Amino acid sequence: MEFDRPTDLDTALQLVADSPEAELLAGGTDLMVELNFSRRNPSHVIGLRRIAELVEWNGPRIGAGVTYTTMEQGAVRALAQAARTVGSPQIRNAGTIGGNLGTASPAGDTLPVLAALDAAVELRSATGTRSPRWDEFITGVKRTTRRPDEIITAAVLPEDLPPRQEFAKIGVRNAMVISMVSACVMRWDDGRTTIALGAVGPAPIRARRAEAMIAAEQSPSPAAVEEFARLVTEEVRPITDHRGTETYRRHASGVLAKRLLERVLAA
Amino acid sequence: MRITFQVNGEERSTDVHGAESLLDVLRDRLALPGSKNACEQGECGSCSVVLDGELVCSCLVMAVDADSSTVTTVEGLTDGDHLHPVQEVMLDAGGVQCGFCTPGFVVAAAHLFAADPTPSDDDIMEALAGNVCRCTGYGSILRGLSALAEANRHGGEP
Amino acid sequence: MTTTAPPQTTIRHGIGESVRRPDGVPKVTGNFAFSSDLSATGMLWGATLRSPYPHAEITKLDTAPALAVPGVAAVMTWEDVPGRKTYGLEVADQPVLSDGRVCYWGEPVAIAAAETPEDARAALAAIVVEYDELEPLTDAEEAAAAGETFRTITVRRGDRDVAGAVVVEGEYVVGMQDQAPLGPESGLAIPDDQGGVDLYVATQWSHTDHAQIIASLDKSPDEVRVHLSGIGGAFGAREDVSLQIHLCLLALRTGRPVKMVYDRSESFVGHVHRHPAKLWYRHEATEDGDLVKVTARLLFDGGAYTSSSPAVIGNATYFAVGPYRCDNVSVDGIMVRTNNPPCGAMRGFGAVQACFGHESQMDKLAAALGMDPLDLRQRNALGTGDHMPTTGQLVETPLPTARMIDELRAMPGAPELSAEHPLHLPGGTGLTTDPAHITRGVGYAISIKNLAFSEGFDDYTEVRVVIDAAGVEVHTAAAEVGQGLVTLCQQIARTVLGIENIVVRFDDTSLIGSAGSTSASRQTQMTGGAVEAASRALLADILDAYRADRLDDAGAWHNGELVASLEHIADHGPNERHIRFRHPPTETADENGQGRLHVDFAVAGHRATVDVDRELGLVRVVRIDTVQDVGKVLNPAALVGQVEGGVMQGVGLGMMEELIIEDGIIKNPNFTDYLLPTFADAPEVHARFIEEPSIFGPFGAKGAGEPPAISSTAAVAAAISNAIERRIARVPIRPDDIIGITPKSF
Repeated sequence: MEFDRPTDLDTALQLVADSPEAELLAGGTDLMVELNFSRRNPSHVIGLRRIAELVEWNGPRIGAGVTYTTMEQGAVRALAQAARTVGSPQIRNAGTIGGNLGTASPAGDTLPVLAALDAAVELRSATGTRSPRWDEFITGVKRTTRRPDEIITAAVLPEDLPPRQEFAKIGVRNAMVISMVSACVMRWDDGRTTIALGAVGPAPIRARRAEAMIAAEQSPSPAAVEEFARLVTEEVRPITDHRGTETYRRHASGVLAKRLLERVLAA
Repeated sequence: MRITFQVNGEERSTDVHGAESLLDVLRDRLALPGSKNACEQGECGSCSVVLDGELVCSCLVMAVDADSSTVTTVEGLTDGDHLHPVQEVMLDAGGVQCGFCTPGFVVAAAHLFAADPTPSDDDIMEALAGNVCRCTGYGSILRGLSALAEANRHGGEP
Repeated sequence: MTTTAPPQTTIRHGIGESVRRPDGVPKVTGNFAFSSDLSATGMLWGATLRSPYPHAEITKLDTAPALAVPGVAAVMTWEDVPGRKTYGLEVADQPVLSDGRVCYWGEPVAIAAAETPEDARAALAAIVVEYDELEPLTDAEEAAAAGETFRTITVRRGDRDVAGAVVVEGEYVVGMQDQAPLGPESGLAIPDDQGGVDLYVATQWSHTDHAQIIASLDKSPDEVRVHLSGIGGAFGAREDVSLQIHLCLLALRTGRPVKMVYDRSESFVGHVHRHPAKLWYRHEATEDGDLVKVTARLLFDGGAYTSSSPAVIGNATYFAVGPYRCDNVSVDGIMVRTNNPPCGAMRGFGAVQACFGHESQMDKLAAALGMDPLDLRQRNALGTGDHMPTTGQLVETPLPTARMIDELRAMPGAPELSAEHPLHLPGGTGLTTDPAHITRGVGYAISIKNLAFSEGFDDYTEVRVVIDAAGVEVHTAAAEVGQGLVTLCQQIARTVLGIENIVVRFDDTSLIGSAGSTSASRQTQMTGGAVEAASRALLADILDAYRADRLDDAGAWHNGELVASLEHIADHGPNERHIRFRHPPTETADENGQGRLHVDFAVAGHRATVDVDRELGLVRVVRIDTVQDVGKVLNPAALVGQVEGGVMQGVGLGMMEELIIEDGIIKNPNFTDYLLPTFADAPEVHARFIEEPSIFGPFGAKGAGEPPAISSTAAVAAAISNAIERRIARVPIRPDDIIGITPKSF
């Protein structure tokens, strides 16, 4: 196995340009599991941990190498809440937002936050930079539009973040658990509400009918909150697997939607 | 591939094979079997080490990626015959049974106490939630570490 | 037998003290050698090829390509097993390597040894094997209907025609739990130069491994030596042979040391599990709440091979009623054979499943009677001098069920919900639940368990106590799996002999006879009892020989004068006692399941307090209060450790621990999806102990390992049922079950 560990981004971009088959290694929390169980056998790995540019967090631009631990302590409330639910302290010290995006698991914990914020994903290659919106980037279960010659360099949030943000995640135990359902609700300055849910579809799901319904309400009544939650249960697309049932996930999506909306509305 | 790094204060060099983990290299090539292999996927904490100042699961660190880094394992916490305070309280409180999770707990708890000598019980539980113990039910570990935090609050011995 | 004689003198670090473990320092420093830490010069790595089907015929098996892989030293199949081709704890029905038909997913088909683990895996990949898939039998009811059983037991006691005024029926389901010891299966086999082999392995019972190994290797007993190596937990998972025979085969074939370590996913198929069970019960009582009749049918799925299934269904059946008096009992225990993963021993051993059934029924009955659940239990509590409801056996040991219920009731309850940290709420740091969403529930359950081996088994343990110049060595082959037997043996010998310096040596199978298994809560009473008996005998020998009145680390004393130094005693004797210790005999059951089947019993009770988010079906187990009948507290910290650890496994079965099997295949053989409770899930545990000395065992101590893991599960289920005002008849309890939206097939 060939291993490279560039210390600057340009070198890294040249390496992926020359070796598009190479696996990219960030925190290792996803890739190493695959390797430990011999489920993958890469001929070339490019380690990204030493690239200082990737761990920079400037305003709305969060470098791909920023760890969950850093996000947990950061100023974006919902992202901090989501990061705190990831794995264990050991995992949060290693895992990165770029890795969460790159793996694009339906249960990726930061993804509903990025979706609710309409964040973009910055991708760079030797030939240029592009920043697709999250839903132009994640296209399915562990599927993204990253080209093999590209590196995820940042998650880019809006300049003005919503003042009210809440995230919640359901798992069967209180730590180190893969999400059965997660949700993030944002209440924006202009009165908009956005909601995204995780682990209830192949990619994060924005419940846009629910958002549209609640947008008309200046101060939503309890009945409007219920209707919001009901619409969310219609818009999610959960499945049954060994971690949970479709019925539960649909039900719990509604409950989380209601609770998080109530939390962002409670000023 | 050959890597050179600081392990428990000593410079060590070793050949590594392919994508093998730091855990395998510590155990099989550097004769440091204190870090344990219980899940190989970061779900148990038995392989916890401190890598460049951060607590991580060594099973999820690709060994080649640890080149030129600094690693502290459980073997590096004992100063001669002098046990680390975390080790002392684990013994006194009965926080050790089979002992397979113990090195990981010791490393994680020592790391916690280095950052915060007086953690609350809730802090301890959240900080060690990545270390699974199958024997103790965690009660004795909590009592030991809680006593250490209490002693630190009063600047005395546990 | 002396059990209550006071210690000769009070000695530091004797019984009753929370003495530190002698292996504690190496364990906290990382220097303790577990079986997975061993290595030897010239060592090869072994690996196992396993069936990808739960039921199939092997139509082609060609190992030649694997032998051509660089670094590969040996590849072996069933044809290479020189002796008996099968093994097993009770019945040798499990192939060492598949003989052509695989009967469960993960059954070993071939083994390889190579220079590196990667080479060994490459060898497995190169083996050509073709299967014809067969229809797997995976439904326990179908298996029962087809007569595919390992054992059926019929208990018929009293009058089957009596009826009670109040009748409750229920059906209950228990999922498949795994022991999940953190140390994976591992071992090292080193061939000697005379055709024999030394095996270093983590096991619960080296002598039964030894017997199975020599049968399959076709070796004489002295050619194979099994050495106890550092054991990373057990809980039943290491009672059966896993890699023992494979390692010896490869070492003898290659003439080189061979090491094998299972990874976690292989560990999940490499050992037996706790039996999943379906239980049907009918309880009948008078209007005053006296149990009149209990009828039950217990259906356990043993999986593909026998393992200890016959004994497990024995326990389930004989403890089906729980610690209650009842004169009319009819229980059918059925252990079926399927193509599901083999099941066998796990802490609680059949009593766990039965307890969930009988305790759910007692709550249901209390509700039907309009009685307090503890009052109902108290009214029917089984005690010394009563007859076991199932077997009719007279209970001779102290059985403080009634006192235990009183003490449990009197324990202070959990404090009000504290929401200062999210870990105190259901959902934890997932922030799912606000205090306003919580309903608190409290539930009780009690249990009874036999101690040591039953049903006429010749249960013994050997111990050798030897004086040397420095102190005393205690020799045993008992497996120290983490529970702290090593400390108890020291404390017992110390207290009896008056000598502080006690070293415990875990001997290999060639040096001492069997200690029996570290299971059935038996080692404290058996090996601890043997240490006590041997120490007392040796003390008497020495005092007699030197006309002394006292012994200590200096030597033997008479009227305050040292009459023989320890060194002198070590040189001239009497300096050794080697005994084989047996508990009072038991007998096998008659055709109605009646007889004196058990030597001793212990009861335990648990109160669970839970906070439930009824809307999301999430639970925080807040606290477990427990009272346990332990005979005598020998080491308080170690005992509390057994209780807290056992409770956690019981809570795990109640809330999250389940191997999910679909068409015979384990869907979650990893720690990502087989969820063990973490620190963040741990309830506070408050324990009290009842000390009424047992009829046998050191200083009256009873075994204490299993009872914490039995009624804790049922108590959690009762507490959740209490919170949601609806009985949940299935563990682990899933969010869907709490909300009441569980689909039929799930």
